[in-house]
Amino acid sequence: MHDMHNYSFASLLRHGINKHTTWPKAWRSPPLRDSYDVVIIGAGGHGLATAYYLAKEHGLTNIAVVERGWLGGGNIARNTITIRSNYMRDESIPFYVKSVALYEAMTRELNFNTMHSKRTMIDVIQNYPMMRDRRRRQHIMDIYGSTYEQISEAEVRKRIPALTGGGPDARLPVIGGMVHTDAAVNRHDAVAWGYARAIDAMGGEIHQQTAVESLVRGADGAIEGVQTNRGLIRAKKVAVAVSGHTTTLTETAGLTLPLRTMNLTAFVSEPVKPLVDVIVNCPDAGFYFSQSDKGEMVIGGAPDMGQSFRRDIKQHVFEDTVSAMLSLFPSFKKLKLMRQWGGHLDIAKDASPIMDETDVPGLFVTAGWWGGYKAIPAGGLTLAHLVATGRPHELMEAFTLKRFRHLDYVMETGTTTAR
Amino acid sequence: MMNIPCPFCGPRNEAEFAFGGPVKPHRPDPNAVSEVEWTQYITTVPNPLGPVEERWWHVKGCGTWLTIWRDTRTHDIVEGPGDAG
Repeated sequence: MHDMHNYSFASLLRHGINKHTTWPKAWRSPPLRDSYDVVIIGAGGHGLATAYYLAKEHGLTNIAVVERGWLGGGNIARNTITIRSNYMRDESIPFYVKSVALYEAMTRELNFNTMHSKRTMIDVIQNYPMMRDRRRRQHIMDIYGSTYEQISEAEVRKRIPALTGGGPDARLPVIGGMVHTDAAVNRHDAVAWGYARAIDAMGGEIHQQTAVESLVRGADGAIEGVQTNRGLIRAKKVAVAVSGHTTTLTETAGLTLPLRTMNLTAFVSEPVKPLVDVIVNCPDAGFYFSQSDKGEMVIGGAPDMGQSFRRDIKQHVFEDTVSAMLSLFPSFKKLKLMRQWGGHLDIAKDASPIMDETDVPGLFVTAGWWGGYKAIPAGGLTLAHLVATGRPHELMEAFTLKRFRHLDYVMETGTTTAR
Repeated sequence: MMNIPCPFCGPRNEAEFAFGGPVKPHRPDPNAVSEVEWTQYITTVPNPLGPVEERWWHVKGCGTWLTIWRDTRTHDIVEGPGDAG
């Protein structure tokens, strides 16, 4: 293990005097070895967090994270950075409460500024069945220490001045809101880089431009390693953290999983002056947005119909989301839209995540993260526990593959913000 | 945007259709297969990186159901293995 260079005001001064030419590299690029104790496929949020907790909590440092593209270039770069715990199920809420708490402590823990901005989410409610459903969720969240509270229509409009649509003559007038004060946004790159730097300092390795082509099983059926574009890497334990391509990869080991791959899209406006200081979620209209620190409106909507491996936005999905947004925020029609993107995510039959050792001994999957950005720290913590000890962590016992065998689903509709 | 060929209306905009899901294998007799096979039939759909056979409903048009093959990488409507020639 080598020392992590500490980022501080003193180090900023010291390197500033040298015109910032003396900063050491945040992580190494070591040569690829031909075997490790654990290989994690995917240097996205879940893969990096898993490597971090394997090293930190379980002392496993002979590990490699292999990544087809570049570090933090997966779905951790294709989401809307919304961190929250307002879920619906007894199984889900404690997991996300833990994840929110780990995110809040992350800047200090990793000595890397994740630009965490705890800014509250407000659900804008436009019909009574939705309000009753949210009130019911509030009672469940109360049990597990998540925050959810009803506010009046007048209070909603006071806290979101740009919300000028949805008046009494609208087809769906705004009738009130629900406030989730735990919600936050942060900087996705900083999360990836902060984890990578910490993993590296503890002795773990990150190998970019290393594409896994297939999973390799031994004569006894157990996992033996991964075949990559840079050769065979042997490992007795392999964790798959590749989101939408999970089934593509597990099928190379003869394993089918109950997952479908979908494309969820988002788009971003030009930067404007601070206008909205909360995350606004409109489940009845079908969109949500927040204003980034740069001033852009980061807007998310519904997924494409059908399975998709395309990282693109469909014109009518885009138009539907924009028209829904303009019905409540008519002044936004002046905004120019700058960028759009789509992320592949895989969704299980019951919309809850899957984290388990598969029927292939030694092969672990973390998948089905429908809105997995918020789950990154807790997902890494619990998968690392499972990989290191062979037993599921108590926060994720409900999310194993066994539930499909017994048809014991954890039906979760709190997963997407807009639904 | 896909242009889905409706057998009655001709090629129509994707926005007129509702997605009906991928075509699943033939429903087995629950008493004739093992529990593992049965739960697999219930929970698992084909998730290929490439052509997938699926059902669409022309709900904002003539109301018919139709089956197409679509490439999940490009969303191009392609010829399925069964309907070549």
